[in-house]
Amino acid sequence: MSIITRKKGASKKKAPASQRTWSIGFLTLAVAVYIFYTYIVPHTPDGFQNQIQTWFPPSALNEALVWVIAALGLNIVVGYAGLLDLGFVAFWAIGGYTAGWFMSGFFYQINLHFGSESAKSFPGIHLSFWIVLLLGALICAFFGILIGAPTLRLKSDYLAIVTLGFGEIIPQVFVNGENIHGFNLSNGTKGISPVDNIGLFGKRLGPFDLNYKYMIFVFMAGLMVFISLRLRSGRLGRAWLAIREDELAASMMGVPLMKTKLSAYAVGAISGGLAGVAYATHVNGIFAERFQFSISIILLAMVVLGGMGNVWGVMVGALLIAWVNSTGLPALGNEINSTFNTNINFPSYTFLIFGGLLILMMLFRREGILPESRLKMVLHENDDDVENEAPHRNISEEEAL
Amino acid sequence: MALDSAPVLEAKNISVEFGGLKAVEDVSFDIPDRSVVSLIGPNGAGKTTFFNVLTGLYKPTSGFVIYNGEDITGVVPHKIAEKGVARTFQNIRLFGLMTAEENVMVAMHSHLKAGIIGTIIGSPLQRREEREAREEARALLTFVGIGKTAMEFARNLSYGDQRRLEVARALALRPKVLLLDEPTAGMNPQESAVFVDFVHKVRDEKNLAILLIEHDMSVVMKVSERITVLDRGMKIAEGSPADIKSNPRVIEAYLGKSAEVNK
Repeated sequence: MSIITRKKGASKKKAPASQRTWSIGFLTLAVAVYIFYTYIVPHTPDGFQNQIQTWFPPSALNEALVWVIAALGLNIVVGYAGLLDLGFVAFWAIGGYTAGWFMSGFFYQINLHFGSESAKSFPGIHLSFWIVLLLGALICAFFGILIGAPTLRLKSDYLAIVTLGFGEIIPQVFVNGENIHGFNLSNGTKGISPVDNIGLFGKRLGPFDLNYKYMIFVFMAGLMVFISLRLRSGRLGRAWLAIREDELAASMMGVPLMKTKLSAYAVGAISGGLAGVAYATHVNGIFAERFQFSISIILLAMVVLGGMGNVWGVMVGALLIAWVNSTGLPALGNEINSTFNTNINFPSYTFLIFGGLLILMMLFRREGILPESRLKMVLHENDDDVENEAPHRNISEEEAL
Repeated sequence: MALDSAPVLEAKNISVEFGGLKAVEDVSFDIPDRSVVSLIGPNGAGKTTFFNVLTGLYKPTSGFVIYNGEDITGVVPHKIAEKGVARTFQNIRLFGLMTAEENVMVAMHSHLKAGIIGTIIGSPLQRREEREAREEARALLTFVGIGKTAMEFARNLSYGDQRRLEVARALALRPKVLLLDEPTAGMNPQESAVFVDFVHKVRDEKNLAILLIEHDMSVVMKVSERITVLDRGMKIAEGSPADIKSNPRVIEAYLGKSAEVNK
């Protein structure tokens, strides 16, 4: 047993260094991908360019990064603090509508321009993308606390059900928000479109400036990773983990449960809001009907599949699932249909495949693709160190007497 | 003897009912500053319930808890912990998937000030605070004798070390009162003997009062300055170990029975 523990102790000591390695890897890969799309792909033969457009279009990459941002937020709530949230789409929607309100001609009665690159003659509120990001974060944090305050008193399953409710209510408010006593909150199912282009150093990023948006989204995802890792290693992160491990013991050690859970919820909501704003600029509009329950579930699948509690695992999970969802499956479907001369609508089987994938993961790799080291230990302890656990069990039986 | 010093924690006429079942009935009790006192009684006597009242987990049906002259009845557990009433658990309740050091640092939560922003940007204040907290945690782990296990996950520690870690974690609250709920459960006689010295060391070096719930009579008799006996929720005796040993009611209610069980 001492050998086992020593080995685990040693691997733990290396953890900070490995975080640095991962961070460097992430940045290197991000730059490499950027160079690949901007400088290399245009000089390749047309056939290769077509292949890239079919299998790895840059727009899908950007969308995947938006998913990464949201999934990293959900990871704080679910992975760190252990609060099961099935309504994360609510924050995505609120963030999206923040962009719709403050970055478009939607409020045409008002003519307010600040830091935006759009023409001054356009009516509506046009704020800089960066200010809207901040606003989205603040508004989502506010709603996170508003929703969290009454619900976080509930335990596990009940919390999941109530968050599920909020995840349904908020998009419905936007779907039906065309006429709230004469006030148009959301333009209903028609949505808000177009949303202003992002302004970057005096340049307006149009729908085809994908490489610049890519940089912005990578920066945002990187920021979320940084925030996650910093918070995790500090006072608050320890309290989150303690609550995940043993809520009662945590409260007995002076950790205020409500406040700590609320902060996890609020930080998660903030990143949901950032993702919402980013998504609105990515698709150039907000459409109420897109904010479906499935988004919450896909985000949760990303966190679980990637490796709960490990930011890098969550990132890999999010990129993978987002790619399968947006590109991989349709492209593979077309390939199969044209090869075998069949006519199967592959994208309609998305959830069948995700469901199957999750079941397989739960059967064979419960800890996710890149698990948090501590989680991996629990799920596999019965594999190799049963003898390690046995004495504990005997003692707890004695204690029960 | 510290028994004549002013009480740091006082329970006045505490009763706890669970839907008509009286778990604790009109128990008054005090813990003098820097004393070591014990609470004993047969299983189901209401000892742990009483503990849970002192730490805010249960609100008593009637009665008051006074800490340092302040009424803390019904105050939420984390506030009571913050004020300086720390405890360990009968069934060890560590944060298994956190390192020993992190476990101790969790209990420093209320002493640390870093907020979300300060933590993210890593302000000089936050960094210094973290460094000092880490040093304090290491010092506490060394104090309880498990300094070498700082980076190991709590669930991987041996049983005795887990017990010690619980004490280190409780001490991180900088308590004035430490409540130990059956700390020697599962220990062998040698370990229990070492534990007696350990309790006195904690009391003397950390300047606090200790209340023990304990089943092991040899430990109780050696470690306690005063013993209180509960039976069926009621206080039936209180006094020095020698008094308790010869008290017929106690022998009838507890010791006699216990001796049979131990066979």
